[in-house]
Amino acid sequence: MKDTRNRDRTTCHLALSDEILLKIEKPARYIGNEWNAVVKDRKEVDVRFAMCFPDVYEVGMSHLGMQILYDMLNRWDDTWCERVFSPWVDLDRIMREKQIPLFALESQDPVQQFDFLGITIQYEMCYTNILQVLDLSRIPLLAKDRTWEHPIVIGGGPCVYNPEPIAPFFDLFYIGEGETRYRELLDLYLECRKTHTDRETFLYRAAQIPGMYVPCFYDVSYQEDGTIASFAPNREGVPARVQKELVREMDSAPYPMKPIVPFTRAIQDRVVLEIQRGCIRGCRFCQAGQLYRPVREKNVEILKQHALEMLQNTGFEEISLSSLSSSDYSQLEELVDFLMDTCQERKVNISLPSLRIDAFSLDVMSKVQDVKKSSLTFAPEAGSQRLRDVINKGLTEEAILQGASMAFEGGWTRVKLYFMLGLPTETEQDIEGIAALSNKIAAAYFEVVPREKRTNGSVQIVASTSFFIPKPFTPFQWARMCTKEEFLEKAKLTKHAILNQLNKKRIKYNWHEADVSVMEGVFARGDRKVADVILRAYQKGCLYDAWGEYYQNDVWLETFAECGVDIDFYTTRERNLDEIFPWDFLDCGVSKEFLKREWQKALGETVSPNCRSQCQGCGAARFGCGVCLETREEKA
Amino acid sequence: MKVRVKFAKYGALRFIGHLDVMRFFQKALRRAQIDVAFTSGFSPHQIMSFAAPLGLGLESTGEYMDLELQSHQGSEDFLKRLRAACVPGLDILSVKALPDNAGNAMASVAAADYLAEFRDGRSFTGYEEALRAFYAQETILVTKQTKKNMLEVDLKPGIYALEIQDGAVFMQVDASSSGNIKPSVVMEQFLSFAGIAVEEFGLQITRLETYLDAGEDGNRVLLPLDGIGEDF
Repeated sequence: MKDTRNRDRTTCHLALSDEILLKIEKPARYIGNEWNAVVKDRKEVDVRFAMCFPDVYEVGMSHLGMQILYDMLNRWDDTWCERVFSPWVDLDRIMREKQIPLFALESQDPVQQFDFLGITIQYEMCYTNILQVLDLSRIPLLAKDRTWEHPIVIGGGPCVYNPEPIAPFFDLFYIGEGETRYRELLDLYLECRKTHTDRETFLYRAAQIPGMYVPCFYDVSYQEDGTIASFAPNREGVPARVQKELVREMDSAPYPMKPIVPFTRAIQDRVVLEIQRGCIRGCRFCQAGQLYRPVREKNVEILKQHALEMLQNTGFEEISLSSLSSSDYSQLEELVDFLMDTCQERKVNISLPSLRIDAFSLDVMSKVQDVKKSSLTFAPEAGSQRLRDVINKGLTEEAILQGASMAFEGGWTRVKLYFMLGLPTETEQDIEGIAALSNKIAAAYFEVVPREKRTNGSVQIVASTSFFIPKPFTPFQWARMCTKEEFLEKAKLTKHAILNQLNKKRIKYNWHEADVSVMEGVFARGDRKVADVILRAYQKGCLYDAWGEYYQNDVWLETFAECGVDIDFYTTRERNLDEIFPWDFLDCGVSKEFLKREWQKALGETVSPNCRSQCQGCGAARFGCGVCLETREEKA
Repeated sequence: MKVRVKFAKYGALRFIGHLDVMRFFQKALRRAQIDVAFTSGFSPHQIMSFAAPLGLGLESTGEYMDLELQSHQGSEDFLKRLRAACVPGLDILSVKALPDNAGNAMASVAAADYLAEFRDGRSFTGYEEALRAFYAQETILVTKQTKKNMLEVDLKPGIYALEIQDGAVFMQVDASSSGNIKPSVVMEQFLSFAGIAVEEFGLQITRLETYLDAGEDGNRVLLPLDGIGEDF
């Protein structure tokens, strides 16, 4: 018999002991070794890059951006990129108790030994987890305390479009899409290390690379009322404005043909095919819709080839399209037809999120999923047409009812509806509209489906509301956010309105917690003063704030009070059109003038056409790519 | 055609649970482009079944899974493809074609061999006498927590062999669904019998082989689970 045990003892170096791994939940989170994980020889590389998603493994492994950058960095022979995630609370406790340093999954080496620690920041409520990662890695929490003994800590992702609440924790931020400037940054680093240049000089030179924001080279001063008086570089040669980076040519950009296949089930347990970046719609509450402008599509032939290759290289049983609005992809029918054929042959499932419900999508969905088990999703976001005009959500009641009726005829019975409460200008009538619309959809079922055909259970409507949080670089960045009490009152109103409907028994209503929404509102539009609160709350034990069961609202409120930072200043305060925002020094592609115009149009209940039907002059055309180059069929 | 695949599990992969091992092979078989038969319906699944789940932390050189193949190019080709689609720590050892009347892997399991070693490098050499005395007891009673109450079980009839081999404790025990004996439970009893102090998780246990019972009329004839298979 072949004895494999000796081999084990020489090849298996795990950072955690067997004793620990057997005590904690899901040890598979910490052992690396997954299919397609990249292992290189430490001695053969010049740059060790730790790529971190500051949340638990299953969440982080579901993030496409991290897989893209992991693949890109590992294509370079001189660089080894590895992954780091937040240890779950059980392991977090053990690591602190036993003083075990945080490690990267592939080599199991301590993060502190790396050259770079890149942290992708996808949502505000992960901010204390960033501090956890730094802390467990034994990297000083404040950038000013770091030396060459520590990795360069880089932040990226959508939240860095307002990096100020976390600015003191980072050496630099990479603003925009990661595919474009890392080589330049790594080369500069290698040169600086070779010539024994000091760390500050490296950062100074890095600040001159497009897209890089080095917080320590900018000073901010405040007015008496707490708003920003000035925000400017504190030394010569550092740009006053930092423009986002973006990929101009999606087809030649790197895309991972061999994504890592986790052992344990990740949230995104499938091949993810990014079909386009950006969105033409311009919903006024949506930050992604502004940040990723202009829309850039991928060539359908390339996508077909990628789909086949990725399925083969991973063995995944499912493939999903990724984009902000898949229905707007111009070659969708061709791509979906191809995928249906190839997936049927390979017995692979297709998942099609963010599809508009219409004849085409219903036809596709009926072919790729079990109608009895699946549900339809509409995101009207607001209950009345008036308010949908305010937010520029071009989904009409007519379209929803038509789509739902078609679906009911096709055998579907379950409908999910997503709304927001607390949108600018919202009235009681708008809220009642949520109930009325839900009721009309239920009524449409009874109208369309005759009694004898109601075999698949009766219609079920699930209406969910989240609370609206104004985000930077949206037309609503000037908007007042509701208080917790106002939010809860609105949720109560919604509930009552639904209970007054004829079909109330067919409608289920869910709403979000308000506490965490308020906190997210502070972080979203916060300034550097908020950083003290985040640091202190972390030191008091706040962690995994995005996970309801670990969110400690009382500790947060107490910490804000202790630090003398006023929550309402960031949330409920009305902002003047000429206020300097903490993120104004960043240029995300759309101009402040455009956002102002959109804000005023919103208040005037006027919609704006989408990018493809008529250019709104947002400013993104200067990048000279994507939809901005398409010829429009403008109606006279 | 039904085949039985034998594999080893060791190293970091000890910490992958049974369900994740199944998920791993579902994907590995696709990567290997092995023509596995699928169930019908809206979400077809590969027809596969596993012998005996291995506890987290245990290593094994005797794991088995059954597959239904639609077509194949021989066992050599099968092994080459599947090995290329696996990670170190889940190693494919062999594959055999099963006779048509073979029972499924899980139901066939009758017994298993285990080896228990100290993790800290100590040896069981010198404890031969204690182990013999332990095994010579008429009964080896343990209390088992069931859903309703505590149940007293005698391990003795299910321990088919127990001895020290090269400083490790070797045992052959009942592994059938009705009488499965956990090696850790046997070790616990022995350690306390012999007064040997070991920390929690202080032993590394390896499953060496899994057996089916080819005997008749209650005469136990243990064969490795793929002992009834043939090359193809």
